[in-house]
Amino acid sequence: MNEVILSLITFLPLLGAFLLLFIPKDNHGLLRGFTLAVTVVTFLVSLPLVTGFVTNADYQFVQNIPWIQAGPFKMNYHVGIDGISLWLVMLTTFIMPIAVLSTWTAVEEKVKGYMACLLLLQVGMIGAFISLDLFLFYIFWEVMLIPMYFIIGIWGGKNRVYAAVKFFIYTMVGSLLMLVAIIALYFKGMASGATDFSLVNFFNLNLDPATQTWMFLAFALAFAIKVPMFPLHTWLPDAHTEAPTAGSVILAAVLLKMGTYGYVRFAMPLFPNAVQQFTPLIATLSVIGVVYASLVAMVQEDVKKLVAYSSVAHLGFVMLGVFALNQMGLQGGMLQMLNHGISTGALFLIVGFIYERRHTRMIADFGGLAKQMPIFATIFLIVTFSSIGLPGTNGFVGEFLVLIGAFESSIRWWAVIASSGVILSAVYMLWMFQRVMFGKLDNPKNQKLQDLNGREIAIMLPLVFLIFYMGFYPTPFTSTMAPALDKVIKQTRLQTAAVPEQPVAAPAMPAMPHAVPAGHPAVEAK
Amino acid sequence: MLDNVWLIPLFPLIGFLINGLFGKKIKNEGVIGGIGTLAIFCSFLVSCGILMQLVGLPAEQRVFEKVIFPWIHAGNFKADMAFLVDPLSAVMIMVVTGVGTLIHLYSIGYMHGEEGFYRFFAYLNLFCMSMLLLVLGANMLVMFIGWEGVGLCSYLLIGYYFEKKSAGDAAKKAFVMNRVGDFGFLIGLFTLFWWFGSNHNIWTINFMEIKAASHLLPYGGVVTVATLCFFLGATGKSAQIPLYTWLPDAMEGPTPVSALIHAATMVTAGVYMIGRMSFVFIKAPETMMVVAVVGAATALFAATIGTAQNDIKRVLAYSTVSQLGFMFIAMGVGAFTGGIFHLMTHAFFKACMFLGSGSVIHAMHHALHHGHLHDDPQDMRNMGGLRKAMPITFLTFFVSTFAIAGIPPLSGFFSKDEILWQAFSNPYHGDLNKVVWALGCIAACFTAFYMFRLVFMTFFGECRINPKVKDHLHESPLVITIPLMVLGVLAAVGGFIGVPKLIGILPNYFEHWLEPVFELANEYGKQYAHMHEHSHSLEWGLMGLSVVIAAIGIFIAFTMYMANKSLPEKFTSAFPGLYRAVYNKWYIDELYDFVFVNPCKSLGNLLWKGFDVVIVDGVVNGVAKLVMAFSAGLKGLQSGYVHNYAMGMALGVVVIIAFYVFR
Repeated sequence: MNEVILSLITFLPLLGAFLLLFIPKDNHGLLRGFTLAVTVVTFLVSLPLVTGFVTNADYQFVQNIPWIQAGPFKMNYHVGIDGISLWLVMLTTFIMPIAVLSTWTAVEEKVKGYMACLLLLQVGMIGAFISLDLFLFYIFWEVMLIPMYFIIGIWGGKNRVYAAVKFFIYTMVGSLLMLVAIIALYFKGMASGATDFSLVNFFNLNLDPATQTWMFLAFALAFAIKVPMFPLHTWLPDAHTEAPTAGSVILAAVLLKMGTYGYVRFAMPLFPNAVQQFTPLIATLSVIGVVYASLVAMVQEDVKKLVAYSSVAHLGFVMLGVFALNQMGLQGGMLQMLNHGISTGALFLIVGFIYERRHTRMIADFGGLAKQMPIFATIFLIVTFSSIGLPGTNGFVGEFLVLIGAFESSIRWWAVIASSGVILSAVYMLWMFQRVMFGKLDNPKNQKLQDLNGREIAIMLPLVFLIFYMGFYPTPFTSTMAPALDKVIKQTRLQTAAVPEQPVAAPAMPAMPHAVPAGHPAVEAK
Repeated sequence: MLDNVWLIPLFPLIGFLINGLFGKKIKNEGVIGGIGTLAIFCSFLVSCGILMQLVGLPAEQRVFEKVIFPWIHAGNFKADMAFLVDPLSAVMIMVVTGVGTLIHLYSIGYMHGEEGFYRFFAYLNLFCMSMLLLVLGANMLVMFIGWEGVGLCSYLLIGYYFEKKSAGDAAKKAFVMNRVGDFGFLIGLFTLFWWFGSNHNIWTINFMEIKAASHLLPYGGVVTVATLCFFLGATGKSAQIPLYTWLPDAMEGPTPVSALIHAATMVTAGVYMIGRMSFVFIKAPETMMVVAVVGAATALFAATIGTAQNDIKRVLAYSTVSQLGFMFIAMGVGAFTGGIFHLMTHAFFKACMFLGSGSVIHAMHHALHHGHLHDDPQDMRNMGGLRKAMPITFLTFFVSTFAIAGIPPLSGFFSKDEILWQAFSNPYHGDLNKVVWALGCIAACFTAFYMFRLVFMTFFGECRINPKVKDHLHESPLVITIPLMVLGVLAAVGGFIGVPKLIGILPNYFEHWLEPVFELANEYGKQYAHMHEHSHSLEWGLMGLSVVIAAIGIFIAFTMYMANKSLPEKFTSAFPGLYRAVYNKWYIDELYDFVFVNPCKSLGNLLWKGFDVVIVDGVVNGVAKLVMAFSAGLKGLQSGYVHNYAMGMALGVVVIIAFYVFR
């Protein structure tokens, strides 16, 4: 049973999308209900992944089936998860029903196609997270792109075509370079005795530094666009603003994580020397991302754009933590990925609620909503503070671990600058909150606004629950991640040690001893 | 009892949940207020039990740590949800729950009829929980939950009247300025954690573990960096230069909030934090000096602003900033006990005064409302002579004013005098000590002046309120005056637990009680500074001097606002520039807007509309256009005519052959 769970959750949505074809296109209720049912069932089926997960560094729920053999190329259908992908898969299956519910009434046209796109998107996302075969990963990676392109381009806002094309081109450029690198890597692997595209073949290749640099750059660019890292972020505000709520939620919650996940799973352990070489650069771009996006977010007039820019800042934190390359930083980065999925997803839902009511997202059109919509105000407040990273909410744990991890690593000074992000996030989020929710309710159009309805509250409650749960008890998440992250650290550090060590910018302060036990509770117990 | 320390923050949490979730349905103010007050009162009872138990233990055993559940474990980093009970946190929980209970009770009366009554009590309970986490936290991170939690509650309560723009602005300003401080707190935490870990393989942020390892810390150097960062955190939370400007604005919140959060408890968190980490701070003489100087400067600076404000709550707000400055003087000169002592007495008399001002505002509001007048109920120029209409409020306020002015034998005298004496006599900063002392003395004089100015303008002289409504001024109900009376008594006699050895009528209980907490810090201090023996006559002399200084301040206030009422006007017309500068708070807010706020906004706009839109998108769109132009050119080739294609093929063949021939 165990080995088919992953395939089940990957292809249930595909089956769902196929069955959608047989539902009359005017029966919107059935289309929505059916899609919701599919996503809920997928989520339920994915639950055994958590309960059955054994806390160690191995791939679990593995399924490996020979698939394509063409000339020198041999690809397998090889899937499995470890502590790194487990929670991202769960995040995906968890967020999908919420996304389907979010545009329950907002999307009235071409509902059938829309629902099919959502389900296909889920296939791509889950597939990408569970692939242990490089080629399979690439296929799923591309599968994601197309439904998202349509979701933005067909069901988006006024400027949807521009945004969709921009999204597509940006992502496509990165993906093609990555494909080239994957094939090049495969030939390098064959030279060392690899027979297929399985990821494990490529970890101990001992590539020469120049090759590593080029391959890393190809992978890193593809992932950096997805993250998105400064200065490749400009597709994101457009895509987010134009996409329908469900699109924004999925984009923020899951799609952006593909980039950061890509670094942890592929770019870093595969090319350790290059990682060492590029850490200062990536840390610099991450920190610029944090500060830059925060400043730009501050002056946005459109709530959704503001949230989009805040995404860039949050992902900057994630990257900083990941490149700290120690347990604290990596755990923080991974947690921050989940947190961002929850908090920013929730923020996009919130923007969706008011957009659906007022058909505007301009901050200046609102003001004083707290009086008219008290339940909405409370939830919005909680999510806002979670996004700011208030202790006791999920946002804090991730951000704190990222910063302390980065501070303990070679990128200490970057961590200090990034810490200023905690001030800036408070500035832009609270200023926006104040202008939307506080003040006099003097716009007559706002005076008749309805508070959240049952469906909307039901969507938000699980998110609010997780905000606090992960804030006060993150241990279940972090402890399952730790062994897999340890492995990543070892893979990335082991080979580094073979190369003469360059001091990676630790000005003025003595460098961290590299022999620090990157332990986790399970290891320490021994 | 010690084992049940977790109950202390739990009760307010329960109160918060009940009122927050169901308060709107409960509707009955008595029930809502009762739940809120009962919650914090239960915490008070548990705190009393814990205090009793601690008293029963030998001094060196009065440290107890309780782990509730593991919180964040990642690699070397470990922070549990854990509480620490020792004499210092015992003092703090008594102050927080004791004063907290009184203020909750008071709020039932004060907030009567408010639309968001349940919301108010929910926030107030949430605040108490956060504050208790702050003082009970066994490690820096639990303290930090409380630290930011009180910031959140402060935000919510300042913004309680959220329909007012000024309230929303003030709330945001308070939170953001606190965040600047929190940034410092975090960097300080990182630095200490990193230093211990990388140098001694001690990975901890637990206070007691750091204390045990504190002998490893060097004097100065990295400790200075870390403590300066922590102190930045303290200036944010405790409204010191340069991060004090949020506190006066915070008066937008309801008055009980000002009393509880912005006078008695939250704003003292910075002082408490330094006390909690005294053994680290003392190892950084430079930081101690900065703390003392910033404290002294703030004490004086805020006191000058306080002399020219007409809003009764704003005077008290600047007074709070100034008094917190005194506490930081104490911490900076190594008089940790004195600082905590003043923290406690200040909680009594300042809470009493804030609640008293609330009682006045309540009465003014009522009377003005009755006459349908729109005069400002908080403006002292509309008050005067209120002592007759409000005898209890007046009396308690009057006692507290004497206490803050430092008139013996009221509580403020003992605590302030101890601070000034130690500022004078402690050896840590050489001659600078005398400067700090002198600034403190001048600030004390100003304190006496502006406080008595307030009392004279509010309670004495003829009543300046519109005569139409004069008869509608009444004393507040018992639910308001009982807390006033209790706090008034505490403000009067609270100082007797810390009578200086010199006077000697009573032992100095307070110093004995806190001795085990600060023993180690004093030990470290002796390593680099030697205590001088001072003669008793000098101490007596300075004590007398501080009373004389207070008397001078009172005398000036009396002359200007009672005896010769044309004097203030003459003074302002003689020095119009000075008056305007003081009245406008030395234009610091404007300066901050000019230096920080506006440039940030401009920069944000520039980056967005300049870099994002023009440069990055320009490149992206440019490339797209280029591709389109290129493909438009190519399009011509695909004409569909066979002879064109044949031509192309022929050309291709020629090129390939030529290549092979000539290479």
